[in-house]
Amino acid sequence: MLDPSPLAIRCANLTKRYDGRPPVDAVRGLDLEVAQGECFGLLGPNGAGKTTTIEILEGLMPATSGTVEVLGLSWGQADNEIRQRIGISLQETRLSEKLTVLETLTLFRSFYAKGYAPQDVLAKVSLEEKANALVGKLSGGQKQRLAVASALVGDPELLFLDEPTTGLDPQSRRQLWEIIREIRSAGRTVLLTTHYMDEAERLCDRVAIVDQGKVIALGTPHELILTLGGEHVVEFSLECDDDGRMPSRGELAELPAVSAVDFENSHIRLSVTEPHVVLPALLDCLGSRQCPLRSLTTRHASLEDVFVKLAGRHLDDEEPTT
Amino acid sequence: MMKTTPTQIDNRTYSPLGQIVLSRLREFYREPEALFWVYGFPILLVVGLGIAFRNQPVEQITVDVQAHSAAADVVEALSARPRFVAAVYSPQQTRLRLRTGKSDVVVSVSEDSPPGYEYTYDPSRPSSVLARNAVDDVLQRAAGREDVVAVSEKEFSEPGGRYIDFLVPGLLGMSLMGGGLWGVGFVTVDMRIRKLLKRFLATPMRKSDFLAGIMLSRMMFMVPEVLVLVVFARLAFDVRIFGSVATVVLLVLIGAVTFSGLGLLVAARPRTLEAVSGLMNLVMLPMWLLSGIFFSSDRFPEVAQPLIKILPLTALIDALRAVMQDGASLASQWSPILIMAAWSVASFYLALRFFRWT
Repeated sequence: MLDPSPLAIRCANLTKRYDGRPPVDAVRGLDLEVAQGECFGLLGPNGAGKTTTIEILEGLMPATSGTVEVLGLSWGQADNEIRQRIGISLQETRLSEKLTVLETLTLFRSFYAKGYAPQDVLAKVSLEEKANALVGKLSGGQKQRLAVASALVGDPELLFLDEPTTGLDPQSRRQLWEIIREIRSAGRTVLLTTHYMDEAERLCDRVAIVDQGKVIALGTPHELILTLGGEHVVEFSLECDDDGRMPSRGELAELPAVSAVDFENSHIRLSVTEPHVVLPALLDCLGSRQCPLRSLTTRHASLEDVFVKLAGRHLDDEEPTT
Repeated sequence: MMKTTPTQIDNRTYSPLGQIVLSRLREFYREPEALFWVYGFPILLVVGLGIAFRNQPVEQITVDVQAHSAAADVVEALSARPRFVAAVYSPQQTRLRLRTGKSDVVVSVSEDSPPGYEYTYDPSRPSSVLARNAVDDVLQRAAGREDVVAVSEKEFSEPGGRYIDFLVPGLLGMSLMGGGLWGVGFVTVDMRIRKLLKRFLATPMRKSDFLAGIMLSRMMFMVPEVLVLVVFARLAFDVRIFGSVATVVLLVLIGAVTFSGLGLLVAARPRTLEAVSGLMNLVMLPMWLLSGIFFSSDRFPEVAQPLIKILPLTALIDALRAVMQDGASLASQWSPILIMAAWSVASFYLALRFFRWT
């Protein structure tokens, strides 16, 4: 690793099998190393094993096999010390609706030997004016910020956030991103799970793409996007998609600046390094074939494209039944 | 807008147990429905009893006299006493009325000389037997029988010895049992369903603090509940506490601990409210039947007694009755107290051990 500082999280060959008929292998040999001070994202579709992985790391359920170290300590040996030093926000906790925001935080604060004054944590998540509001009266975004505040109240070195913005409106999501950036810049380690590629791209120093219980790609968002062969994507569809006028895959691959070609139904996707070079050449090619465009878009490549390339489907597709 | 991170570390220590208890108390008094069920229910109960026990009129005895030339004399003799309601009916009517419970006894004048009476009554109905004897007494006297020995009567209805005095400690025990099991069991399973238990598990909270906090808060809700029942019984029925009030308070506290411990044990594993309700009924039903809430548990067969005696509700009710009715001392109640203490320790230990947090 680039960073010589000790690891916040290390897990090796982690597996988790849920008993049942048939048994479900939620995690199948997952390795992870998270350095101190980084914001690390587990990105993957629903059912990829992200929540199972994070809950094993949080000490909330035992692994079937594999080793886990959190802040250099192991679950089962130093549970209380680990819990004093980590903060957790679960995917779906319904905090007591009849308590106020401040009362809820004071309750959580009482469990930790050290930490912030509840009032100060409210400031961190911009909920000061809601201090005396009942939890039941908060909006979805405010509840989620309170959940993050309850994770922060013990001044943790390492923060686990499971799907922190799922189900929130765009403005609430941005607000939470701002809070998470703030936490990270204060030198804390953050491990978050998400199935939003934009979230992982904007927030995370490094991302592990998880699919079917395994890490299928690991790196900074930029590194991962570079593996596509180009940072840009040109997507188009044609009016002549089922006759002889259609350009072949090989023909498209030979256009300048094109590094990869994907056919997905009637959509064609080119990974390109320089869109301004490829576009005139593409239009020339289509013109000479007399094959009109139905649609054409160019955009920056995203982690979604990385996932599609590696897993052969989209992040919001259902898990294939195996 | 975001503020720059306040880095001030707050080194105050907050008591986790205190915070858990405080949270429970706040959640409780901010929930109007819960307030009604906990405090409204015992009031309804005592009001219901008030209707059952107050202004009970002297029991009337309905006597049918079969049509006969001397029937009017019989009716006259009986009607002189306010206790009797007597009237003349045809033989068919008297049979029907006796069979359907509209009358207690039928008197027919026989044709013998001197005339005698024939009583038709239902030996399986206590009121019918009572009516037969009462009617006989009046008719014999009317015919000139003299009492051989002078007697005087005194009604026994002193506070401490009436059925209501027996009943109130039973109801107290019953409400402590229901409150403890439902109050703790439901709340705990609900927190499990809401994943709040899992969230707490993710903190360094001590598990024993949590369980003790739930039990302690339950005991605090119990105080007004018990007060309502005891004060109402005192004001409305003059139900007095003959022993020391402090001893009663102590017994109530021990009972509350015992049943909230049982509630915790019952709630240790279930993941749905249906499952915990079923379990709760399974635990409470034998005690409702056997522990002597409405009548003495001594009426059950001798072989069953050791089993009945070690039920926590039997222990609580027996001790409460001894102190409230007979003025027994705390020291004399060591055995039921020991039984309850054993239940508390065992259920708290087992609950802590088998508790499912996720």
